[in-house]
Amino acid sequence: MNPLQTLRVALRALWRNKMRSFLTTLGIIIGVGAVIAMMAIGAGAKSQVEAAFAAMGTNLLIILPGSTSQGGVSGGFGSMPTLTWDDLTAIQTEVPTVKRAAPAMRSNQSIIGEELNWTTSITGTTPEYFEVRSWPVALGAPFTQADVDGGTKVVVLGQTVVDKVFGPNSNPVGQNVRIRNIPFQIIGVAAKKGQSATGQDYDDAAFIPVTTFGQKIQGGLSKYITGQVFVEATSADTTSRALSDISMLLRDRHHIAAGADDDFSIRNLSEIAGAQQQGTDTMTTLLASVAAVSLLVGGIGIMNIMLVSVTERTREIGVRMALGAKPRNILLQFLIEALMLSIAGGLIGVALGVGTATWLAARFKWPMLIQPNVIIVSVAFSAFVGVVFGLYPARKASQLDPIDALRFE
Amino acid sequence: MPQPALIELQDIRKIYTSGEVEVRALDGISLTIESGEFVAIMGPSGSGKSTLMNTLGCLDRPTSGKYILAGRQVSGMDKNELAEVRNQVLGFVFQNFNLLSRTSALENVELPLVYAGVSGKERKRRATEALERVGLGKRLDHTPSQLSGGQQQRVAIARALVSNPKVILADEPTGNLDSRTSIEVMALFQELGRAGITVVLVTHEPDIAEYASRVIVVKDGKILEDARREPVRAVVPPLPATP
Repeated sequence: MNPLQTLRVALRALWRNKMRSFLTTLGIIIGVGAVIAMMAIGAGAKSQVEAAFAAMGTNLLIILPGSTSQGGVSGGFGSMPTLTWDDLTAIQTEVPTVKRAAPAMRSNQSIIGEELNWTTSITGTTPEYFEVRSWPVALGAPFTQADVDGGTKVVVLGQTVVDKVFGPNSNPVGQNVRIRNIPFQIIGVAAKKGQSATGQDYDDAAFIPVTTFGQKIQGGLSKYITGQVFVEATSADTTSRALSDISMLLRDRHHIAAGADDDFSIRNLSEIAGAQQQGTDTMTTLLASVAAVSLLVGGIGIMNIMLVSVTERTREIGVRMALGAKPRNILLQFLIEALMLSIAGGLIGVALGVGTATWLAARFKWPMLIQPNVIIVSVAFSAFVGVVFGLYPARKASQLDPIDALRFE
Repeated sequence: MPQPALIELQDIRKIYTSGEVEVRALDGISLTIESGEFVAIMGPSGSGKSTLMNTLGCLDRPTSGKYILAGRQVSGMDKNELAEVRNQVLGFVFQNFNLLSRTSALENVELPLVYAGVSGKERKRRATEALERVGLGKRLDHTPSQLSGGQQQRVAIARALVSNPKVILADEPTGNLDSRTSIEVMALFQELGRAGITVVLVTHEPDIAEYASRVIVVKDGKILEDARREPVRAVVPPLPATP
């Protein structure tokens, strides 16, 4: 008797007891379904966090100027400009772990088109900014160093601003808008970047050369950078090195004595990203272990029912033995029955899990990511559970004595 | 040169010990059964006739003694070899039919062939043939619950026949049947006997034993009586006219 025939015998035995077979698999179905759904939602959350931080820029450091202190009241970081343009040049040229650096000075201004207008955050910066933030310009081109040097009146708009001032799907490159009543030519539209990790719309922004910003918006370019400096480190590994290098450089340049407080602050965004990712990882692991326990319980459920089934079918086993079934035929039949149950349960569980995840994602607008390897692993694991928990009942069945089995009432 | 007997038991003993008590279920049984004989084993309950039957059926191994079946020494075989002997040489008919429930007559009859490794097509052909032989050619797809007791027992006989066994062992085959169906079943056994198949049946009903050509009476694990005689021919009485 070959394994294929045993398989058919086992399948027939399961089919004869459809309801019981289904109930037996229920534990596995729920277990696998839970694993798939939880992992899909966990992976979705993780990828959302990752995407949010990738949108922010990679290997990113942000330098904030110092705080004012008047009458014992500290103004907070950025309230007093302490970073100079020379500091920026020094950071760009003297720190080997720094790849690029760009200033960012911001002001909320109305952008007035022909018919519509929109108030947004205008950033005065340099061409490096688009590189540092890994933010390409989708239509047209970013402004150049020549624009910065000449203080030309050109603007790169964010997608949200384009939508609000010119309507969706329009290409405003070449047209003019007025900012503070000064006409600016639109030379580019920045690629859509989406939301930040905190839900802020990145695309609600406009960018002009930093010199133009100083002269036309701020009313005169001073020695200090009245805003932040974005720094891109050479790689993810050198980000913290770059932080301490810049810190040392600035302390030196600002003549801060040892032990005294910094008059600036540097934030490492990759660290924040790492912490957030760790958070979602912990969550995913937690969910997965809960689901794994339910899979285990499902396996024990299969063992229980298989044991009951062996007892209930003792006579059948006796008859099969009397008709010539060898112990290994019986062993294999029950093992295959358990295996079929758990694999079928696994597959139904996958369908259920994918369905649940899709439904949850649609219902609560959660991100969802179904990973093929999770599906493979959970089906494989349920098959494993079937073998492990099917083996004991199957052995028990195969070791029955034919006459005892036949006499069993 | 005399033909060796189909079944030969030499001083078979089966002793159960439960605690201090020793039960001699079979106490030195020696017996030969020739090919084509129709043997009825009788005896009161507890006489050891069932143990004898199980020993003959290779379901139970004797404590001591020698059992030769169709030229092979069965005593001393392991579980797998015994399963093979049961599959190829023996056919079983039980008191309570022991058909697989929710399984068609055809599939039930195919079962011994499944374990013999016969291919699906051949299995179906032979199972159909066996069911036709017992007069159930039109009931192939019926499940046991759709068949009467007599029909179920005939399915069981077809199942015993399908592997072309040398011996059919029947344990109280008429125990759950009414007298008319009992005669039907006995007629079938007599027919098999005429076709050269050896039939050994256990019964406690003397009128059933009358259809056999040899009656062995067992008591306290020993053969009390062993007589050959002319069997009564099983003739199924016509159905009484329904009022």
